[in-house]
Amino acid sequence: MENMTVNVQLDAKGLACPMPIVKTKKAMKDLEPGQVIEVQATDKGSKADMKAWAESTGHQYLGTIEEGDVLKHYLRKSSEEEAVERKHPNVIDNKGLEKKLQENNSLVVLDVRETAEYAFNHIPSAISIPLGKLEERMNELSKEAEIYVVCRTGSRSDLAAQKLTENGFERVINVVPGMSEWTGETESIE
Amino acid sequence: MTVHVMTPEEVTKKVINKEELFILDVRNESDFQDWKIEGANFQYLNVPYFELLDGVEEILSKFPADKDILVVCAKEGSSVMVAEMLSEAGLTVSYLQGGMKAWSEYLEPVKVADLKDGGELYQFVRIGKGCLSYMIISNGEAAIIDATRMADVYVDFAESKKAVVTHVFDTHLHADHISGGRMIAEKTKATYWLPPKDAEEVVFSYEPLEDGNEVMVGRTPIRIHAMYSPGHTIGSTSFVVDDQFLMTGDILFIDSIGRPDLAGKAEDWVGDLRETLYTRYKELSEELVVLPAHFMIIDELNEDGSVSEKLGVLYAKNHGLNVADEAAFRKLVTENLPPQPNAYQEIRKTNMGKTTPDTEQQREMEIGPNRCAVR
Repeated sequence: MENMTVNVQLDAKGLACPMPIVKTKKAMKDLEPGQVIEVQATDKGSKADMKAWAESTGHQYLGTIEEGDVLKHYLRKSSEEEAVERKHPNVIDNKGLEKKLQENNSLVVLDVRETAEYAFNHIPSAISIPLGKLEERMNELSKEAEIYVVCRTGSRSDLAAQKLTENGFERVINVVPGMSEWTGETESIE
Repeated sequence: MTVHVMTPEEVTKKVINKEELFILDVRNESDFQDWKIEGANFQYLNVPYFELLDGVEEILSKFPADKDILVVCAKEGSSVMVAEMLSEAGLTVSYLQGGMKAWSEYLEPVKVADLKDGGELYQFVRIGKGCLSYMIISNGEAAIIDATRMADVYVDFAESKKAVVTHVFDTHLHADHISGGRMIAEKTKATYWLPPKDAEEVVFSYEPLEDGNEVMVGRTPIRIHAMYSPGHTIGSTSFVVDDQFLMTGDILFIDSIGRPDLAGKAEDWVGDLRETLYTRYKELSEELVVLPAHFMIIDELNEDGSVSEKLGVLYAKNHGLNVADEAAFRKLVTENLPPQPNAYQEIRKTNMGKTTPDTEQQREMEIGPNRCAVR
């Protein structure tokens, strides 16, 4: 379904434990914070280990897709985004958005996380435009519409909301904190 | 220092002899919590291998100086890596050959008894998973009961005893492990017996095992008497062997009783389970030695590593046989049950012959403890 864009692909097929994790750890070092890696492995145990390893190191484990014998794991390198101060004045909390969605499911929800993050867990009606692509794809959005911008913790969506406002979008609302604590309906490719 | 290898057989000896061992388990925490190598005098440290990639310095102080150290992981690879790191840091350590996969598959044959007319009875203790299977040998013939999927172990063992396998039994359709019964029967041309009420959906031919069936093993016959004893499954059948032993399958264990819910019919089968435990077995001699298809905890092992106890002793000590109130019994076996065995539905389908996963898939399905009992 979704086209997942990743920054790095790592081939760990045919390798037994501990090699998939050893190689992933190495590859992760060369990534920029926030970038996404796809690790292809055939070791069935790698799924649980990727997840546990990511949790222990602070990286984000996004999910795993099984294609035949190959497990494709998606991880996002940890970033300091939580520490950034938010500037966009117009915000709504998760509960608030959840309520609005129940009343009106044709609201525009813009998800600015990476496509791989979106793929494994997103609000059903949300549109996916990663923050890095917003500049060039802004024209897909209507300037008159009320746009709820969501990311994982509210930081990238804050930057996106600022950017949209600068470009003449007037009804932009940042969703805080966003998907990390979202308890409403979601969809996933898993 | 060099890294040593410890085989599952060597670890099993340490379990049986209640020796001391310090186990560094480098699997992730949930796998360790779910299932580990149990020993009365074993000590544990669980640190996932992926937290040790940058070095083992932080855990060095946690090892005792006076105990053997064994590094354990799922399939061996990570334990070799960590063992080498520990060794470079100056410790003498071993890793478990084949990891938990090999541990799950290892079978320790323990002789339970000499039978009346020169025969022998062996119990195969699957120490890592708590499964028990049996071989009765008499005068050049052998019968196998509740075999695990490691078919060759039984076939080779029978051969080493110069016996031909003539009969293979499953007391019931297993839900916690894949039966080797059919494969052994195919290899040896033996007759494969299954209780028909459990075998309604099986896709291969078998000999129906029914109440009152008697099968002889050897020219000086050892009698195997089938006794219908439903409860864990609707077809569960027990055997009285040589008038001395009661093979209870998954109905009655040493310190626990069978759970009736693994085929999705807990409520329906509670009455059967109670009838079997509180009436049918009660009519048998208290001198019969109970040989179950599982043990739950390592404390159930006897000094020699076998698992057995007289029926009379179980009626005195096993909590599950001493719940006078029927409603309380129902509650015990249907509420607050332990988690179901890993992949139990897929395992049932495999045992019915409906699916034929490859060896690697079968291993994955069987990971973890058996969990067939209620205490």
